[in-house]
Amino acid sequence: MNLKRIVSIVLLVAFLIVLVLLPLVIKKDNIINLLILVLLYMTLASSWNILGGYTGQTNLGQAAFFGIGSLTTRLLWIKGIPFIASFLAGGVVAVVLALVIGIPAFRLKGVYFAIGTLALAQILNITVGNMLPDMSYNPGLSNYQLAPRYYLFLALAVFIIGIAYFLVKSRWGLGMMAVREGEDAAESLGISALKHKLLALSISAFLTGLVGSAFAYYHVSYYLNMPFSPEWTFDPMMMAYIGGTGTIIGPIIGSIFFVGLQQLLVMNVGEWHLIIFGVLFILIVLFLPGGLVEAWTKIRQAFVRRKKTIKTQQPLNKEA
Amino acid sequence: MLQSLGQNLAFGLLIGALYGLVALGLSLVFGVTKFLNVAHGELLMFGGYASFWAFSLLNLDPFLTIPITIVFLFLVGALLYKLVFSQTVKLPEEAKIKNTLLIAFGLSVILQNLALRFWTADEQSITTSYAGAAITVLGVRFPAVRLASLVVAIIFLVALQLFLKRTYTGKAIRATVQNWEAASLMGIDIHKVYLLSFAIGAALAGAAGTLVAVNYSIQPAMGLDWTMKALIVMVLGGLGNIPGTLVGGLVLGVTESATSFFISSNYREVAGLVLFLLVLIFRPQGLFGKKEG
Repeated sequence: MNLKRIVSIVLLVAFLIVLVLLPLVIKKDNIINLLILVLLYMTLASSWNILGGYTGQTNLGQAAFFGIGSLTTRLLWIKGIPFIASFLAGGVVAVVLALVIGIPAFRLKGVYFAIGTLALAQILNITVGNMLPDMSYNPGLSNYQLAPRYYLFLALAVFIIGIAYFLVKSRWGLGMMAVREGEDAAESLGISALKHKLLALSISAFLTGLVGSAFAYYHVSYYLNMPFSPEWTFDPMMMAYIGGTGTIIGPIIGSIFFVGLQQLLVMNVGEWHLIIFGVLFILIVLFLPGGLVEAWTKIRQAFVRRKKTIKTQQPLNKEA
Repeated sequence: MLQSLGQNLAFGLLIGALYGLVALGLSLVFGVTKFLNVAHGELLMFGGYASFWAFSLLNLDPFLTIPITIVFLFLVGALLYKLVFSQTVKLPEEAKIKNTLLIAFGLSVILQNLALRFWTADEQSITTSYAGAAITVLGVRFPAVRLASLVVAIIFLVALQLFLKRTYTGKAIRATVQNWEAASLMGIDIHKVYLLSFAIGAALAGAAGTLVAVNYSIQPAMGLDWTMKALIVMVLGGLGNIPGTLVGGLVLGVTESATSFFISSNYREVAGLVLFLLVLIFRPQGLFGKKEG
């Protein structure tokens, strides 16, 4: 068991080193852009998963946190505030927003929380579009380089997945999962559902806000309400489900799968990737709630069981 | 000033009736089956395109295309129920609502992208020869198309209400709403009731789509906006409450037009959403619904 652990850590570190060295080897911008896209979706899906997967609160308003993060960073950065400060501010403002809306929103249970958060995100989407209708240009445009953007997203991905990993093992994480499994039961054991839901929402919002900040650093020009549009909620949510909600690896697999499918199909047939993705999403919700991760464990279990039965059968055969 | 306020109010009421029809199908489906079909706006979009085709290819008057739309969407609804939604019937209520919400999201992505492939992203609308005609009462204009839409919306509301109250099938549906287990023991085929309700809900979305195509415009990405409107109206009127739907629609229509008048037309959608949140938080049983249990 210990050896297995060491091997997986070594593999992980080697993989990370490869990812770090990649921009030195690959000089093609479109491949780096593709990697950034994967990392962007991966971080969004992993952040969504903390609230939606581990705490069981389907948040359909994630775009609000992504949008407010990118908006804060972009505006501060344009004003001339150092990038690092504006970057962190994006996450902080997202947490403030989460706390302001979280307390009333968590009065809504289950599906009402889902449609309530969707309504909130739409309110912000429309309002920002009305108040700031102009195209925004990247302040770092004069010497725009892709490599630092890539490293920022890579660092963010490691940070977010790391936080999710340790959070899940912590007392807080266990409390969140207890709330997901049954709010009343959790309350009866002295676990405050509201506290854990707010905690999950704040962490998820902070991380999503930081992804938004990185987006503001990466993207050259866009309308400021573009990151508020609902696709930024729905796509990462579908990725988390397809990979497997409530697992660390699920959103990672889901985002790689999504971008891979997109690339594969865009070359041939336009928007078919979203149609196929939608079909797959429905099939997973209906028949495989654990996503691809569950499919993998099932296949492996079936395989292991077969091997075991073969092993136990052999001596019997010999005796016979 | 007073006249333009009156004009705004009149438009709000006319649009409100249309909103009522938009939400009617969603409310029926939710009331009977507890499916939260957020692909309702996409079904409405398909209805709009069906009408647009019948109008431009067969030269039919858009209001006469409504029967075609209804049949088409009824079949689409029945197919979607059989293929997808019927799988969730046996789940407990809470899980059923959540899963159907997710499934419907997947469905809306599929339908939206299919529409993009079939009909491109261009905006289309149906302009009739009598589009400019209007009746003027006390200086307030009532456009003919909007009045006709109001009449159509009310016809559908009344027809659905009569169907539920007066027919044998309608009684079976209401019995299922009250207690599906008991209804099932009395020999009502729950699957049939669900199938029928879902297909009728889709057909109503189709009819609403025709009216939207006549009054506004249609395009593949329109679904979410209309789903939100339907959700708002459904919550305002009280979940699954049919007469409440018309009232909810009128409240939303007037709220929107009042916002346009007093603040800015850019914020009409925001006003509806804020109202929606306030009702969800403070009166989850709807503005006119009774408290449960």
